[in-house]
Amino acid sequence: MVHFSKFTLDNGLRVIVHEDATTPMAVVNVLYDVGARDEDPRQTGFAHLFEHLMFGGSINIPEYDEPLQMAGGENNAYTTNDLTNYYIELPAENLETAFWLESDRMLSLAFSEKSLEVQRKVVVEEYKEHYINKPYGDVWHKMRELAYSTHPYRWMTIGKELKHIEDAKLEDVKSFFFRHYRPQNAILVVAGKVTEAQVKALAQKWFGDIPSGERYVRHLPQEPVQDAPHFLEIKSKVPLDALYKAYHMPSRIDPKYYAADLVSDVLSGGGSSRLHQVLVKEKKLFSNIECYHFGSLDAGLMAIEGKLVKGVKMKDAEKAVEEELDKLRSELISERELQKVKNRVESMLAFEDMGLLSRANNLAFYELIGDAADMNTEFAKYEAVTVADIQEQARAIFSPANANTIHYYAGN
Amino acid sequence: MINRRQAPAIKDAVNFDIQLKPLEQFRLDNGIPVYVVRSTEQETLQLELVFPAGSWYESENLVASATNFLMKNGTSKHSALEINEMIEYYGAYLNRGAYHENATYTLHCLSKHITELLPTLQEVIQDPVFPEQELAIFIQNMKQKLAVNLQKSEFVANRHIDKYLFGEFHPYGRVSSMMAYDALQTESLRAFYQQHYTYNNCKIFLAGNLPDNMVPLLNQYFGSTKWNGERHNLRPEMPVLPAEEKKYRIFNDENGVQGSIRVARAFPNRYHPDFPKMLVLNTIFGGYFGSRLMSNIREEKGYTYGIHSQLYNFRQAGALNIQTEAGRDVCEKAIAEIYLEMNRLREEPIPEEELSLVRNFMIGSILGDLDGAFQVIQRWKNLILNDLDENYFYNNIRTIKTISAEELQQMARLYLVPEDFYELIVI
Repeated sequence: MVHFSKFTLDNGLRVIVHEDATTPMAVVNVLYDVGARDEDPRQTGFAHLFEHLMFGGSINIPEYDEPLQMAGGENNAYTTNDLTNYYIELPAENLETAFWLESDRMLSLAFSEKSLEVQRKVVVEEYKEHYINKPYGDVWHKMRELAYSTHPYRWMTIGKELKHIEDAKLEDVKSFFFRHYRPQNAILVVAGKVTEAQVKALAQKWFGDIPSGERYVRHLPQEPVQDAPHFLEIKSKVPLDALYKAYHMPSRIDPKYYAADLVSDVLSGGGSSRLHQVLVKEKKLFSNIECYHFGSLDAGLMAIEGKLVKGVKMKDAEKAVEEELDKLRSELISERELQKVKNRVESMLAFEDMGLLSRANNLAFYELIGDAADMNTEFAKYEAVTVADIQEQARAIFSPANANTIHYYAGN
Repeated sequence: MINRRQAPAIKDAVNFDIQLKPLEQFRLDNGIPVYVVRSTEQETLQLELVFPAGSWYESENLVASATNFLMKNGTSKHSALEINEMIEYYGAYLNRGAYHENATYTLHCLSKHITELLPTLQEVIQDPVFPEQELAIFIQNMKQKLAVNLQKSEFVANRHIDKYLFGEFHPYGRVSSMMAYDALQTESLRAFYQQHYTYNNCKIFLAGNLPDNMVPLLNQYFGSTKWNGERHNLRPEMPVLPAEEKKYRIFNDENGVQGSIRVARAFPNRYHPDFPKMLVLNTIFGGYFGSRLMSNIREEKGYTYGIHSQLYNFRQAGALNIQTEAGRDVCEKAIAEIYLEMNRLREEPIPEEELSLVRNFMIGSILGDLDGAFQVIQRWKNLILNDLDENYFYNNIRTIKTISAEELQQMARLYLVPEDFYELIVI
């Protein structure tokens, strides 16, 4: 049980306080309700590039990192297709430093040309490091384009192409900031050795006078139901053939999400899971195979990816995967297998709750998708899933028309 | 109106009194030492068994890691699948790891399940059988994984720099290969297992929320017999054989868009009095986001997504290693900047403000790292396995709080000398 209290400032900033007297630390987490899905298709990668620029100095504070490090703090941030999250961890005595820094960059950035110029290059190197200079590094760019015709999940957070990042202009940075980085679109979580009264006073003092801004209303083009399988073949200089499949699945906020999530746990995630046991250990068709998804806030994708054992034919490997998926569609799983994946979720949630930072991140996330209080009832939703729900989700997700398949061949 | 240009007052790091939460110690009936850090805030626990069974002790390449990996893949009573099933049913994780000196098995679970999990853990540790079939799958899959990794410039660069520093026959410089995987035999794994995974070589580290009967439970499964007999293994001396040539340029992929840069030198191990001082200098040089290397090469020039320097704290010999992935056409420039930053540290004393920032950052970071029983036991484990005690920890803290700019400059003059460094770019 994670205890917290919640209040909203006049400018619309939602604030959550989680008191934990057992730690000497404090966490300040600011989540902005903007991700790569909110980008213009001609300017992809912008939300993430913008995240880098948030460290390039704000209107009254030329350097973000130095004063924080001086206060014994550390910070980082991440951008996903759905959201952007910034967090600071520092000794609780120096909490106010975090308020000072975070509020000033919510008030306004410095919008420095130099920072934009450098961070464009840094992000281009990040792009190369993770997506170009890695075997199979391009596969998710291709898979997203194959699976989505309409929804902005068509592109990755890093951006569709390097050129979009290279072309980013300072005026775009400014308008993005004032559209998305307003108190109305943000959630502040303060956790650790803090008190509610202290946080109320500090929030009012540092964030209270920031103009509320317009509330950003999201109107994203929704993806039509896929009615025929999509297929792509890639030949590239990689050492092994690989199979990638992606299926549309319910969004993170859909009640059906919990059963869908457990479907992926039945298939993958441990030595006793079905795909590993049957396809790696018994049939020896794959050297590794995984099933996972991204927990996307709009309808997402469930992916299966595996590397084929040398000499195995793609069609044999794929047929064996489909047999496992068919089994899940045609036969109910046992109560014991369901209990196993539920136990796994219970344990995973308990381990997540151990870290102060993770608790703060999660409170912000649950508040974004509805209500921070849902964090404490999450496991009950998994517990309610039945073997019939698992089958229903398996049937819906793994229907042949819903499949997007990439055959990734090792070429020279 | 608040003055946003004025930073709030802070409490300085030198004023934080960092205490390492004390450790409980006891022995099981057969003498196995158990080290414990309790906490009651969460419902989880961590149980780690450590054996001196790392690659230092193997006589054939990869035997230590293969033994460690395959212990979990079949006992005389249960198959790999059954073992995984028994652990995963309870939502538990049983991770294994083989390192230079030690090899470990670590169980993470909800405290309420420990009673059900201990019999399985006992089997894995005391009764593995190393089935041929499991070894064959392991070899095949590890070779496939290696083939993929060999296409990554960073992986190739890491292997080479370790070879240059320590020599390819030394455990710190030895690397995996297709041939070495093919040469693995179940007999050598069994022999290695029998020699090293014995009760008298075992240490147990326990943290988290423990049930009241934890001690009798541990005695029941790990303390009541002299399992696997008593074996004494000498730690053989192995001299490092560093490469003579200092500069390397390797082409791994002619179309590569980045180069993996490694600039590294040998450095004394953690028992040397300069080690704690170098921890501070290394942080300033390339050990945190605001470091000299990051500020110059990422934040000023944009040559890379990240650049870090790191002190290896291996038991016998350390090293200082600077690593980055940089744009193909700026690799040589990035290396020149690395040397330039070394020169600055040798020639100019570190300004008081920067030094005080780094002191505060390091102390804050240690304070954060010690948050929670799992983190605290990790610190203790590192001390105990290296035959150190809390004085070593407190001495490091004292060094961070008190080291002067002059001493740091002296360290830089001794150790940040470009001619002493190996230099490698893998494209």
